[in-house]
Amino acid sequence: MLSIKNLKVNVQGKPILQGIDLRVNAGEIHAIMGPNGSGKSTLAHVLAGRDGYEVTAGDVTYLGKDLLAMTPEERARAGVFLGFQYPVEIPGVSNIYLLKAALNAVRKHQGLDELDAIDFLALIKQKLKMMHMSEELLYRSVNEGFSGGEKKRNEILQMAVLQPTLAILDETDSGLDIDALKVVADGVNSLRSPERAIIIVTHYQRLLNYIVPDRVHVLTNGRIAKSGDRELALELDKRGYGWIDAEVGQAGSTAQ
Amino acid sequence: MNASLETKDIYLDAHAHGAKDLAGHQWPWVEQTRRRALAQFAEQGFPTTRDEEWRYTNVTPIQRNAFHPAPKDLAGLTLERLKPFVFPDLPCHRLVFVNGHFAPQLSKLCKLPAGAIVSSLAGAIDRGAAFLQHHLAQYAPTDRYGFAALNTAFLVDGACVYLPRDVILTDPVHVLFVSTRRNEPVLAQPRNLFVAEANSRMVLIESYISLDDTRYFTNAISEIVAAENAAVEHYKLGQESAEAYHIGGIYVHQHANSRFVSHNVTIDGALVRNDIDVLFEAEGSECILNGLYVASNRQHIDNHTRLDHARPRCSSREFYKGVLDGRARAVFNGRIIVRQDAQLTDARQENKNLLLSRDAEVDTKPQLEIYADDVKCSHGATVGQLDDDALYYLRSRGIDAATARHVLTYAFAKDVLNRMTLEPIRSYVENMLTMRLLQGQTIEKLA
Ligand SMILES: Nc1ncnc2c1ncn2[C@@H]1O[C@H](COP(=O)(O)OP(=O)(O)O)[C@@H](O)[C@H]1O
Ligand SMILES: [Mg+2]
Repeated sequence: MLSIKNLKVNVQGKPILQGIDLRVNAGEIHAIMGPNGSGKSTLAHVLAGRDGYEVTAGDVTYLGKDLLAMTPEERARAGVFLGFQYPVEIPGVSNIYLLKAALNAVRKHQGLDELDAIDFLALIKQKLKMMHMSEELLYRSVNEGFSGGEKKRNEILQMAVLQPTLAILDETDSGLDIDALKVVADGVNSLRSPERAIIIVTHYQRLLNYIVPDRVHVLTNGRIAKSGDRELALELDKRGYGWIDAEVGQAGSTAQ
Repeated sequence: MNASLETKDIYLDAHAHGAKDLAGHQWPWVEQTRRRALAQFAEQGFPTTRDEEWRYTNVTPIQRNAFHPAPKDLAGLTLERLKPFVFPDLPCHRLVFVNGHFAPQLSKLCKLPAGAIVSSLAGAIDRGAAFLQHHLAQYAPTDRYGFAALNTAFLVDGACVYLPRDVILTDPVHVLFVSTRRNEPVLAQPRNLFVAEANSRMVLIESYISLDDTRYFTNAISEIVAAENAAVEHYKLGQESAEAYHIGGIYVHQHANSRFVSHNVTIDGALVRNDIDVLFEAEGSECILNGLYVASNRQHIDNHTRLDHARPRCSSREFYKGVLDGRARAVFNGRIIVRQDAQLTDARQENKNLLLSRDAEVDTKPQLEIYADDVKCSHGATVGQLDDDALYYLRSRGIDAATARHVLTYAFAKDVLNRMTLEPIRSYVENMLTMRLLQGQTIEKLA
């Protein structure tokens, strides 16, 4: 579904991603872990299409298409969803407007009619319930004055409504208490299916207790330094990231 | 200078020829008021950019045209054509003026409480209404910048609302100033007087609209008095034609414990200048000034507000927002004077601007003059662009870039509309704003 080859990205002239290789197949859940500043969010935003990143090498194929050539909205309509590490506050634009406009944009792309008001509301209410969110949040401005936990749930709510093909969740677990974490995990697990893939970016393995990944990758210094199964996540939890750098250092700089 | 003199002469000439048709000849004080203002106008002419108050607004384009008062002629205008400009769900009294002339056929006056007056000003003058001499031409300063003097020299017609003590006018008064195409560029000089005696309440809506894309000059004045404990809520909706010049002054006197609320929305016109001057004449009053200006192409919109805290314990809240695109230019000048005597003044002012293009420009200037020591005054002005993060966030959810931009722009502007208390007016303005900002594309339920 997603294939990243030798991706190198500069931010303001500084190399941040230094040759990423990653393949994600339909039906899989991948976790990307790594210390702060290692480039995880950069990778997530490059996949979602944010401006300001200079791709200096490599390419990204999504469902057979050149992902990097698409605008952010084209990617979203084609089923790419990024759950933001820092969801953006948008004063004056209500959550319900955003959900409706986003869903209709995707449906239009798929050749479907817009949902009528009644079906739309029924769908939203069902998802709100799943996310343990109150209906009142629909009529508030997008993320404005939301608590950290509410913002993260709101990201998952959007994901649940949009039913993306490839979901990238950037630190969706940070700042959540254990109950909220379970709710978010339920939301993600409900999306699990043979046609979808999910990339979970996190630096704790905590969330992976609830969403069991097929593969775990460690990103340090802009490269995937090590990949493994979920045991790797447990090991990282125990030993931190230092040993990976040491290992990579010994083996020269062969990533993967 | 020469051009200015010539233009001035055109108006003086028009006055010489048309004065005999004006209302109120039988009252010496009316004639005297006109004569005095005419002399002042003859002396002042129009302001130039050398006048500090007009530094950023050059009125020479107005002087390059010869505008003339239009004859009284409805040219078959029907209510049907005004439909897009009235509020369907709002019962109200309606006064319609076409190219400056009162059109009773298009107006609608409902039953009034005893002693209340809702009529054309010329009608009230001819009837010799007693309150007029106390209030008419008492508040608009004719001794500076020409425009008020020019309006007063003619004192043609406009809306007149008078509420005696304790009277509450439940339905708002909607005053529509309509411009239509004429052979000669039209000069229309609306002149309004709104007087709310003690404990009374009124809601006023002034709409300036155009049925044709034509060039004309509106030189409007409204004088408003809120006596003790009275409440006046005033809406000004500026939808002049894209070719039109509009100079408008609103002069407000507030007595003790009164309340004045203004919503001033300008979305069209080639050159628009709004002056809103509020004087707190006594203690304990409250004033709210909300404003929104939307300009594109080469439009120029200037809002000058002046709050004179002459007496203690008054509060003012000012909130103006602007959206500028193309090569548009806006001016916001918010002057607040807190006199020595005006202890416990509480004044806040905010002006926020959104620039959608590189070539758009805004000059925003708070002007606080504080002579008292125990006061709370704050002001803030911002000029910014659309938030890139918000744009990206919306796009990452599948919303196309153009719509995302529209949505954020609309959300920025709508903040002002949310402060309007009357729902039918708010939704009318929302509608006019979506037409303006989204080129007719509607956006449902943003907030
Ligand atoms: N907009 C930016 N401008 C400059 N540097 C940036 C920007 N965004 C990220 N960086 C830098 O890129 C590196 C990777 O950041 P990020 O991708 O956010 O890491 P992570 O998500 O793994 O914590 C950091 O060194 C960060 O300082
Ligand atoms: Mg990050």
